[in-house]
Amino acid sequence: MVKEIERAGIPVVHICTVVPISLTVGANRIVPAIAIPHPLGNPSLDKAEEKALRRKIVEKSLVALETEVTEQTVFDK
Amino acid sequence: MAKIRIVHYINQFFAGIGGEEKADIKPEVREGAVGPGMAIQAGFGGEAEIVATVICGDSYFGENIEAAKEEVLQMIKGYSPDLFIAGPAFNAGRYGVACGTITEAVQNELNVPALTGMYIENPGADMYKKAVYVVETKNSAAGMKDAVAKMVPLAKKLLSGEEIGAPSEEGYIERGIRKNYFTEKRGSQRAVDMLVKKLKGEEFTTEYPMPDFDRVDPNPAVKDLSKAKIALVTSGGIVPKGNPDHIESSSASKYGKYDIDGVFDLTSESHETAHGGFDPVYCNEDSDRVLPVDVLRDLEKEGRIGELHRYFYSTTGNGTAVGSSKKFAEEFSKELIADGVDAVILTST
Repeated sequence: MVKEIERAGIPVVHICTVVPISLTVGANRIVPAIAIPHPLGNPSLDKAEEKALRRKIVEKSLVALETEVTEQTVFDK
Repeated sequence: MAKIRIVHYINQFFAGIGGEEKADIKPEVREGAVGPGMAIQAGFGGEAEIVATVICGDSYFGENIEAAKEEVLQMIKGYSPDLFIAGPAFNAGRYGVACGTITEAVQNELNVPALTGMYIENPGADMYKKAVYVVETKNSAAGMKDAVAKMVPLAKKLLSGEEIGAPSEEGYIERGIRKNYFTEKRGSQRAVDMLVKKLKGEEFTTEYPMPDFDRVDPNPAVKDLSKAKIALVTSGGIVPKGNPDHIESSSASKYGKYDIDGVFDLTSESHETAHGGFDPVYCNEDSDRVLPVDVLRDLEKEGRIGELHRYFYSTTGNGTAVGSSKKFAEEFSKELIADGVDAVILTST
């Protein structure tokens, strides 16, 4: 899906847990996530901490959308 | 002659430990054959014995690839196998990646003949087909018998050092290796034969398939996110509670488009996942863990983004055919463009 959205001309960022799969599929902007059953959360944290963690990943994905890339790039910092 | 010593790798599901709720188990080892190992051992007809089976949860492996690889490799090494077999993984994505990773490590680091098997659309096949022998299987475990029938003869050839034939003869996925050999007909004659067949509209087999690089260049960055309309898309199967469109838990034939106008937070009352390929407990408690609507609403209010698009699109990326997901995205991307969406955040489990 990520590739078809990109092909349609819309910049897209892929937030996913298994980065090698995303690289194989052909996503260009990739943000690593936490875990397969909860990519944007962590049930062992309290609600506020968990939301802050989610916000950090989403903010990273926004930075990825604002960044010019020429090849597949993993935004893991 | 002593029996061939095989070590076999399988996931928690094929070991009978459990489904997705057990996908986070760490590597463990059991003596002898387990689950599909029985069929593989039988396929060797007494010539070989599975001395140990290494089992690991698919999510544990997917989330800790480097560490899990090392742990599993040490376990395999301890049994000094003559041959290593992983899977087959059929169309299970994380399992396929695990099988490919370990098969490559055993082959290259332990110098032990190794092979695995999977369905051609498994992401693990694309990642590892050049590095190792990946026998092409059907897309579900119903193809076990067929898979074993291809894997055993290839395994025997690898062991004996016998020459391995072409992918179509041996049943493995093309590795992109070219080999010189003598033929009866010279090149010019073969080329003309092929051309004649092509002109007649008959089937012909090329001797030099062009590599298929389906890559899309990245689009330019979004200039000003504070004015941008952002849409959410997911393969994590998020749907309104009750799954009104009956999106399948695996091999999805459709996607859903859902209105989140006025929705500021996904809750256990409002949303859930239809995805059958991961433990749904955490996501059903709070679907923001897969589709971050709550955070994007905050960022919208703060002006970091212009607006969150009124609809999100969702399907289950669990064994779903590449062709289907391509079609889904082609369709809804047109709608996204018509709706003036500037960028997409796509989340996957």
